[in-house]
Amino acid sequence: MSRQQVEPASSSYRLQLQGITKQYPGCLANDKIDLAIQAGEIHALLGENGAGKSTLMKMIYGVTKPDAGKIIWQGKPVVIKDPSMARRMGIGMVFQHFSLFETLTVTENIALALGDDAGDLKNLAIRINIVSKQYGMELHPNRHIHSLSVGERQRVEIVRCLVQNIKLLILDEPTSVLTPQEVESLFVTLRQLAKDGCSILFISHKLKEVQALCHNATILRAGKVTGDCIPAEVGTTRMAQLMVGDDTPISTDYPKSLGTLPFLIVKDLSLESDDPFAATLKNINFEVRSGEILGIAGVAGNGQEELLAALSGEHLLARAEQVCFADTAVGLLDPRARRELGLGFVPEERLGRGAVPEMSLKENTLLTGYLQGLVKNGFINQFKTTQFADKIIKDYKVKTPSNQAPAQSLSGGNLQKFIIGREIMQNPKLLVAAHPTWGVDIGAATAIHKALIALRDQGAAILVVSEDIDELFLISDRLCAICDGELSATKATTATSIEEVGRWMTGVFDQPQVASEHAVQTSAI
Amino acid sequence: MDIDLITNVLYAMVRTGTPLLIVALGELVCEKSGVLNLGQEGMMLMGAVVGFIVTLTTGSLILGFLCAILAGIAMSMLFAGIALGLNANQVATGLALTIFGTGLSAFIGAAYVGVPITGLDPIAIPVLSEIPIIGKMLFAQDLIVYLSFVIFGLVYWFFKSSRMGLTVKAVGENPHAANVIGLPVMRTRYLAVAFGGGMAGLAGGYLSLAYTPLWAENMSSGRGWIALALVVFATWRVERVILGAYLFGLASILNLVAQGLGYPVSPNLLAMMPYAATVLVLVMISSNVMKSKMYTPMWLGKPFHPHG
Amino acid sequence: MFLKLQPRGAASATMSYISPLLAGVLTLLTGGIFFAALGHNPIHALSIFLIAPVSDVYGFAELCVKAAPIMLCAIGLALTFKAQVWNIGAEGQLLMGGLAASAVALQLLDVESGLALPIVLFSGMLGGAAWGVLAAWLRNRFNANEILTTIMFNYIALYLLLYFVHGSLKDPEGYGFPQSALFADSALLPILIEDTRLHIGILFALFAVVATWTFLSRSFLGFQIKVLGLDSNAAKLSGFKHKRLVILVMLISGALAGLAGAGEVTGPIGQLIPSISPGYGYAAIIVAFLGRLHPVGIFFASLLMALIYMGGELAQIELKMPLAVTSLFQGMLLFYLLACDVLINFKIKLAGANTQVENV
Repeated sequence: MSRQQVEPASSSYRLQLQGITKQYPGCLANDKIDLAIQAGEIHALLGENGAGKSTLMKMIYGVTKPDAGKIIWQGKPVVIKDPSMARRMGIGMVFQHFSLFETLTVTENIALALGDDAGDLKNLAIRINIVSKQYGMELHPNRHIHSLSVGERQRVEIVRCLVQNIKLLILDEPTSVLTPQEVESLFVTLRQLAKDGCSILFISHKLKEVQALCHNATILRAGKVTGDCIPAEVGTTRMAQLMVGDDTPISTDYPKSLGTLPFLIVKDLSLESDDPFAATLKNINFEVRSGEILGIAGVAGNGQEELLAALSGEHLLARAEQVCFADTAVGLLDPRARRELGLGFVPEERLGRGAVPEMSLKENTLLTGYLQGLVKNGFINQFKTTQFADKIIKDYKVKTPSNQAPAQSLSGGNLQKFIIGREIMQNPKLLVAAHPTWGVDIGAATAIHKALIALRDQGAAILVVSEDIDELFLISDRLCAICDGELSATKATTATSIEEVGRWMTGVFDQPQVASEHAVQTSAI
Repeated sequence: MDIDLITNVLYAMVRTGTPLLIVALGELVCEKSGVLNLGQEGMMLMGAVVGFIVTLTTGSLILGFLCAILAGIAMSMLFAGIALGLNANQVATGLALTIFGTGLSAFIGAAYVGVPITGLDPIAIPVLSEIPIIGKMLFAQDLIVYLSFVIFGLVYWFFKSSRMGLTVKAVGENPHAANVIGLPVMRTRYLAVAFGGGMAGLAGGYLSLAYTPLWAENMSSGRGWIALALVVFATWRVERVILGAYLFGLASILNLVAQGLGYPVSPNLLAMMPYAATVLVLVMISSNVMKSKMYTPMWLGKPFHPHG
Repeated sequence: MFLKLQPRGAASATMSYISPLLAGVLTLLTGGIFFAALGHNPIHALSIFLIAPVSDVYGFAELCVKAAPIMLCAIGLALTFKAQVWNIGAEGQLLMGGLAASAVALQLLDVESGLALPIVLFSGMLGGAAWGVLAAWLRNRFNANEILTTIMFNYIALYLLLYFVHGSLKDPEGYGFPQSALFADSALLPILIEDTRLHIGILFALFAVVATWTFLSRSFLGFQIKVLGLDSNAAKLSGFKHKRLVILVMLISGALAGLAGAGEVTGPIGQLIPSISPGYGYAAIIVAFLGRLHPVGIFFASLLMALIYMGGELAQIELKMPLAVTSLFQGMLLFYLLACDVLINFKIKLAGANTQVENV
């Protein structure tokens, strides 16, 4: 890996930020941020969720404006009025939540962002083809976005930046949606771009990736710069400390467990959705034993949502025995009946599924806790509900002024602790948790992991679906992966590797030849 | 059924379907941009009354139609100011527009009820209008009917191959994404709403200046609502709007058919037909969840605040 | 734009109470300007509109007579709106209630039993409820948009009523006028205050206010309805029965509107005529919003709306204004309310040169 030594000669800087400050109601998102990038430099912006990385990027891209501070572009101070001005200056951005339009084609999407520079669509399609081949990111210009995988969508976002004369490419958490193999090929592209003189601002919270890719790093914590470093020379431990502060304990290892009898049994589960934008589940089989955590890895949009809906009871199945809780076939039972049989469920969307945003924590306790004697003769027992809510808040250290605070006023980490606590305190025999720690700070993530392990040790069966492969290796006892609606074989965590799970995530299951043909097919559809 | 009856029914079908077609095309553009304006009925009535009064006082039909369009646009900007500018609930604001427009049009039109004017006359195109059966339907209509054909073609082209059409679709699908890539979300939406308003005003003017040249309170009698259902019927596809509009035109003139065939049916039951047909069509189209999801603008009716 | 909206962290409860009052004041001001522009003394015109109608006992009684059906409809609508079911069909449900009640009352012309009235009223509730549940069923079963179906049902109900009042329910001894025979005394609502038209319908409305308030704030079903409206995904995941809740709110809403219709034909009207409602069902939509979908708020908003109806009638007589002035004021009130509601979630700031007001 080649690494450039950066000399602080200010004239050669492509972008400099000086004292950038941004205040939101109730939160100082950026506090006097300084940052500088040279031409051809890959610069990491490292920080936890909520550290202020995205806010800073939005200001560079002109989506929002700073309250104070200077942005200096190629030696001249500038005010970036809007994204189209940033684009004309040569700044491109790949968003974490893609800014693509599902019902339009690749070419149409790119044309929209280019504005008047797009020219006619036929020539643009040719340009797209050339650029995407040049950087090893194959794309079909005429395909509709909704037919693309997440990785392909990211390519569209990147190519959209590359078809213009690009000088600075900003990528916001680009690897969180990719398989390990896709991450590697993305890095190849980025290094080639940097070699061609393009500066790259790489936003991440993953230390290993930053170490592998970036020349320099700026680390943010709670809106402030806590340090600058050369990742290859500083250890990940030091970077982690700068990121989370010295007083936050960093996750430890957890002992693995074998579990006892299978509690959740999924048999021959196939599901055709009536949503044109949803994935189809194909013949899924697996078991989760009481006293173990099974992790399902996979890139978003490969059938996780559909599988979770089939488990929760939101989507009823064709045959009851396709999903069983121990000896009871539950495939035809609604969510309430499944809860009565011992299901607890932590959805991916905290606000707007796990909790009603406008309702108080007390009311949100009742939301799924109603089976715990909180309702009598159809009327709500206010006293018991309050008691239950207060116990969750106390036991799971939820930071909130009171049980009357609306769910939307809590931080992501606190709300997630509340939701996990609410489900665990109902003593579930099976807990299904989707992406349990996305977007939460490391302190809350550790607390959530410990709570899951404790529940496992009490003998509950736990299924964790996550895009975060490191998290799955940390807490799962057994692992498998989902790709395009199909599930890989399951292996004990200690018997597999990140590379193997990564292959499963791309649909290369245990029979390499057959599976690789399949992978080619899926990407060509 | 003799040829004459068929010819006349087809002619009346297009004539009756025209106001529906115009309103529905306007609303389609508006909904494609992600804005649900339930105020069609109120905008139509304002177009009808303003057009009527202007033509009555100036004697100019052209001026009447122009003012009808302007009245529709003015009403739609009232909606846009509250629903887009102040981020109010679009359903409630649309209802308010209908209630307000109904009241205001009745108020300013109170003195004009029952006053006769000379309406817009049909222009038969020589030769073409002589074609049996379809000649009268397509080539012996008035200018606004011909104009509606043109508007249909323009809207079709707009979504099929124009840049602006692409922008409207993008804004309606995901305003947040549109905003971060620098598309003018709010401006696009205001323009789409204004177009919807102008079309509703024009359709209203057509009712009071051509279809039945007089003013009566509430004379649009639910056409604005039917047009909203038409957009659902068309699953937001332009080419199906025209089909739907004429089908509803046909349902509205069933009394003509019944009379022609000599079946006496209660006028009150026949008057019910377009509304019953609307329910029926909604049921048939909407039950195909797959299709509805495929074509419904994803952000329809949801508020969007540019910096939110 | 010179004004900029700055989102508040959380919705302001204070503003949600102030907004309707502010809307009322703005409507009053605009009304005054409007009257002045038409050449009337605005103070005099407004006092005719808003004070004269209730200056004596009779006027007050009339206010309650008009408020009762509006309140019944609005309470039901509030319940459906809470569940994000957009029932615009209170008018049609009211008409069907009136029609069903009349059809039964006309069968009981010679009955003197005390049971006659309850049977007639119950038929009205059934009629309205059936009309409401039909729309709910179409939504559940066929995914048909309830805004459009309920609107269409309003028109269909109107023509059905016309069909019957011109047809089989017409009084054979009525010289061909499209109206039914007068109902028997046993099928009429008792009068509360002598020499007025104030009937016990207002008590039904008050009962509905209290019962709905209890239902929404204390019962688990009420809680489920609120969750369904705020966050249907959460409701689904928590195992609440979505479709049954939709049916339930439409059933209650339709029954209340049906009762309102039955109350009109057995109360102030006393027979079936072509126009039994001056748009109470539509006015109720405004009342539901103005009352913040809260039963107590709806109570006061209904009285205000009834006052606007009476004011419109009086303005027609005294100021020679078209009756449409009523719906003009109604529409204006709702517009101002929606505009003022922006204050609940946003602060308004003047966009000066250096005030950067943005948000995440």
